Amino acid sequence: MNPLAVIGRVVISALGETGRLSVFTWRGLSHVVRPPFYWRLIAQQMLRIGYFSLPVVALTAFFTGGVLALQIYHGSDQFNSESIVATIVALGITRELGPVLGGLMVAGRASAAIAAELGTMRVTEQIDALTTLATNPFKYLVVPRIIAAMVTLPLLVFVGDVLGIFGGFVVGTQSLDFNAGVYIKTTSDFLELEDITSGMIKSAVFGLIIAMLGCYHGFNSKGGAQGVGRATTNAVVASSILILASNYVMTSLFFSS
Amino acid sequence: MSSSIPTKDAKIELTGIEKRFGKKTVLNGLSLTVPKGKSLVVIGGSGSGKSVMLKCILGLIKPEKGRIRVDGKNMLKATTQEREKVLTKFGMLFQNAALFDSLAVWENVAFGLIQGRNMKRAEAKEIAIEKLGRVGLTPDVGELYPAELSGGMQKRVGLARAIATDPEIIFFDEPTTGLDPIMADVINNLIVDSVRDLGATALSITHDMASARKIADYIAMIYKGEIIWAGPRDEIDRSGNPYVDQFINGRADGPIKMDVLKP
Ligand SMILES: Nc1ncnc2c1ncn2[C@@H]1O[C@H](COP(=O)(O)OP(=O)(O)OP(=O)(O)O)[C@@H](O)[C@H]1O
Ligand SMILES: [Mg+2]
Repeated sequence: MNPLAVIGRVVISALGETGRLSVFTWRGLSHVVRPPFYWRLIAQQMLRIGYFSLPVVALTAFFTGGVLALQIYHGSDQFNSESIVATIVALGITRELGPVLGGLMVAGRASAAIAAELGTMRVTEQIDALTTLATNPFKYLVVPRIIAAMVTLPLLVFVGDVLGIFGGFVVGTQSLDFNAGVYIKTTSDFLELEDITSGMIKSAVFGLIIAMLGCYHGFNSKGGAQGVGRATTNAVVASSILILASNYVMTSLFFSS
Repeated sequence: MSSSIPTKDAKIELTGIEKRFGKKTVLNGLSLTVPKGKSLVVIGGSGSGKSVMLKCILGLIKPEKGRIRVDGKNMLKATTQEREKVLTKFGMLFQNAALFDSLAVWENVAFGLIQGRNMKRAEAKEIAIEKLGRVGLTPDVGELYPAELSGGMQKRVGLARAIATDPEIIFFDEPTTGLDPIMADVINNLIVDSVRDLGATALSITHDMASARKIADYIAMIYKGEIIWAGPRDEIDRSGNPYVDQFINGRADGPIKMDVLKP
């Protein structure tokens, strides 16, 4: 087989996929701002996507903060390490690690769950049934998930920020013998509101990515159980990669000046 | 094709519908008229495109060619809003019921009332329980989830959901498959009542000739993606069409060949 033809086919199919995803995202977002709104479903999705992800995100952030403190301490020349550890933990968690790791954890949980649920609804004709009951599947299924993910992810990440910094604080004061007061003071001196808000803005975008890719792959799944399985895997892989890529773009935008 | 379904006062008009999946042509220039306030039954072999035809009318599948009119409105050219408006006139029973498995049975039945018509939940629930009663299901079934029901019960819930909003047009995809003979007859009566009392237009698909004879005003037979015969119910026995004769008498020998391997 001609290798150029293979490359060509791969590129074309990737472009086609990007195009379809863009159209899907556009359709989803256009419905977000138009009534009717299904408040009940939005609340339900907030519970599922946000609240039930809380333990995972909290634990991830806590241990990440702790391990960060250890590494920075052993990596630095011990001189002045107290303030270095506190600063880097605070900035690292709020700017990058909190949103990114939180986003990845929720991608694993929520994106997969969304793709599996909607995929099953697709292959069992439940999405068709919605249409025949005069209900727009985009409004009923996609919009509540977008809104729920975009609202709850920043909140989750905020909790993650607090716990991540606390993880660094615990390790610092308990095993590195830092002074608790100095640690807290350094953290609050160096941490600025922007560090926290930039992370929360990032995580809202991650929320959109998670909901969108879960819905997209679920909606387009076909072929029974195997198809739903494939949709689930694709949703997690694609949303994780997009989270990392978009994070890079946003970091370079936010922190370039 | 010898069609003798009156074409004036048509509720639904299909003209020259073509639908392919990949290389496979499923509907091949299919034309059919469903008269207003009448019950039309479509018969035809398994895999002949009956369900695909219903989904084309509902806009769930887009045909490559042809025209679909509902109340004179061209559905394939309609905007999303226009189509959504027309869809409020429809009720549809899916072949495999397609119940929402995350909702209780009564919520399934009440779905069109609550979401489509903004009815209060309590009020919609009452109607749902009443409709469940009409398909032979007790109120306590309403509290169960679809996964807790037998296949035939799911089908009946699907029926109750299809008729819950008293739609103008009802599609039944194999309404009696999977039901015992007595329950099948109850459902037949229900369909007849919906058409006669509510004045609904019904388009049903069935393999069950007894059911077809009972619920149909008109019968049409689909073969290889086309309507090969259509006419009033009572004329089906003297259609003079060998395909129809073979089908309604259920004979393995005849012009319709089944691709089965003999040992
Ligand atoms: N989504 C789809 N993708 C590809 N092929 C399809 C799809 N839906 C239906 N088909 C094909 O179209 C043909 C007609 O299917 P359809 O479901 O309309 O049959 P049917 O007449 O309803 O049969 P049955 O009586 O067994 O329900 C079948 O051969 C099927 O393989
Ligand atoms: Mg069928």
